[in-house]
Amino acid sequence: MKSVKRIIVREEYCIGCRLCEIHCIVRHSKSGKIIKAFRSEKDAIVPAVTVEQKGYTSFALQCRHCDEAPCIEACMTGAMRRDGKTGAVLCDRDRCVGCWMCIMVCPAGAVRQGKCREAASKCDLCLDRDVPACVANCPNEALTLGGDA
Amino acid sequence: MSAAPYLIVGNSAAAVGCIEGIRSVDRERPVILLSREPYRVYSRPLVSYLLAGKITDERMFYRPPDFYERNGVEAILGVTAVSIVPSRKVVETADGRAFGFEKLLIATGGRPVIPGDVPGIDAPGVFTLTSWDDARAIKAHIAGNGAREALVVGGGLIGLKAVEALVAVGMKVTMVELSDRILSATFDRAASDLARETLERAGVAVRCGTTVARMEKRGGMLAGAELRDGSSVPCSLAIIAIGVLPDLSLVEGSGIRTDRGILVDDTLRTSAPDIYAAGDVAQAPAAEAIGGGRKCIPILPNAYRQGFVAGQNMAGRKRTYRGAMPMNAVDVLGLPTISVGLTDPPEGSEYEILSALDREAPWYKKLVLKGGRIVGAVFAGRIDRAGIITGLIRDRADISGFRDLLLSGDFGLISLPAEYRKHIVSGAGIEV
Ligand SMILES: Cc1cc2nc3c(=O)[nH]c(=O)nc-3n(C[C@H](O)[C@H](O)[C@H](O)COP(=O)(O)OP(=O)(O)OC[C@H]3O[C@@H](n4cnc5c(N)ncnc54)[C@H](O)[C@@H]3O)c2cc1C
Repeated sequence: MKSVKRIIVREEYCIGCRLCEIHCIVRHSKSGKIIKAFRSEKDAIVPAVTVEQKGYTSFALQCRHCDEAPCIEACMTGAMRRDGKTGAVLCDRDRCVGCWMCIMVCPAGAVRQGKCREAASKCDLCLDRDVPACVANCPNEALTLGGDA
Repeated sequence: MSAAPYLIVGNSAAAVGCIEGIRSVDRERPVILLSREPYRVYSRPLVSYLLAGKITDERMFYRPPDFYERNGVEAILGVTAVSIVPSRKVVETADGRAFGFEKLLIATGGRPVIPGDVPGIDAPGVFTLTSWDDARAIKAHIAGNGAREALVVGGGLIGLKAVEALVAVGMKVTMVELSDRILSATFDRAASDLARETLERAGVAVRCGTTVARMEKRGGMLAGAELRDGSSVPCSLAIIAIGVLPDLSLVEGSGIRTDRGILVDDTLRTSAPDIYAAGDVAQAPAAEAIGGGRKCIPILPNAYRQGFVAGQNMAGRKRTYRGAMPMNAVDVLGLPTISVGLTDPPEGSEYEILSALDREAPWYKKLVLKGGRIVGAVFAGRIDRAGIITGLIRDRADISGFRDLLLSGDFGLISLPAEYRKHIVSGAGIEV
């Protein structure tokens, strides 16, 4: 198995602008267009990256694609699985029934209830692109793409 | 007879964990798996979803069709193991075969408890709900005689799942629970009350403090139940869900040590060399947060993890198990809930409770603290980020620095010390 591409979180550089959240929504919208996505699809999409902020500290965090990922071990349907090619932890929404065992065990709090269907929502590393949307659109390199971990 | 390098009895979460554990160490040597149920590995918790009509048969499978092949497993399905002879390292099956092994995993799971003292309990129309076959039989029964009224005996997790499924198919459901509240094993009273109110709003009759005394038949079929309090409930379908116990039949007479379940050490090994046990059949070391010792905690994440650790040890990598923790995520007819660890501690000054409740919303959050650490938590209504708390319980993290933030609405990783946050953010090798 190839090691997973990892998104490195650099808290010192985060300015809390939340562009990562916005571009995550756009990338995972049907239209892929920011205006359309925000006019008609925004309420149906949960961003897979979350900015947390308190005082001067902020950082953006998405699924860590852990080794021996707790969410895969706790998933009762087998929907949460490791992608054989990339090593990413992915949720197969067609097999997810929304039991939320994954939310219960994710120590990063990086899995969310999806909005429109009973399926868990999490980062898919934008596997269809070279660079995930959150990384590509971070203006201050607070999210960068790490080599193989 | 040649001995299989790895032999697994059972074909569910613990068996899959074991296969994946073995294969993370040893890609080569073959695995033989024996299973009583004739199906390719399926998800047991999905049986209630199948009954509810929320999923189809094709979606029952826990792993893809090529799972065994890809992992070098010869799966022999529809065969029951009947005895183990540890001294000869052999497992015998009901059809008269014998399988030698170098390393064995016992992952035979649990079996539903049927009360012995209820007349009429063998009536057609009385079922349990723990297997694919059970769900099919109940569906056929409902379709066959148009059952409209159902009784669910037992207010635990499986009883709740049964109620939910029967409500989904439009039945009028009564749930009876002997103790004074439902879900008492995993919830505290406030969460039990919320769950009960949610069920009642959906039209379910919840009767606590009583249980079934006898089943009544008419024309040979189930027609109703008489409860201990003297009242009666008309029903042409009953599901018995008063608990699941480790299925120890295979190890009886083998000399392998048992208590409630098969006793295993922190490598998941039984009292016999080269024989391991995992999942609902095992009584394994329990997490310190719930007092340690060895306990039977029949939930899927524990079964998988125990199987995985057993598999690695069987394949020669020394790995210790961190201890089982009770935890569950249950959707109560649209009310999402999560419970972890010790949720309802005994009275006493040792424990401190932090809680917030909004009956209207409804939502509820409760944390149980002991000696500066979190040892248990309940969430209902709002569950996002509950896993951060599970992680803190697991890691026995000192919470004194951020105790006051634990209940706040925007509690997150940012509330935690930078050190701990870094450990989580690195993401490597985190254990359930
Ligand atoms: C309705 C329902 C809902 C549930 N919901 C949840 C939930 O939401 N969350 C959760 O964490 N857990 C849930 N559980 C519990 C979960 O299903 C179990 O913890 C888990 O399946 C245990 O896995 P296991 O591998 O130990 O054994 P089991 O799943 O019990 O499987 C045992 C296997 O052994 C085989 N076997 C048994 N005896 C023999 C023999 N003598 N010879 C050969 N093969 C044999 C059986 O055919 C089966 O394949 C639920 C259970 C039920 C019934």
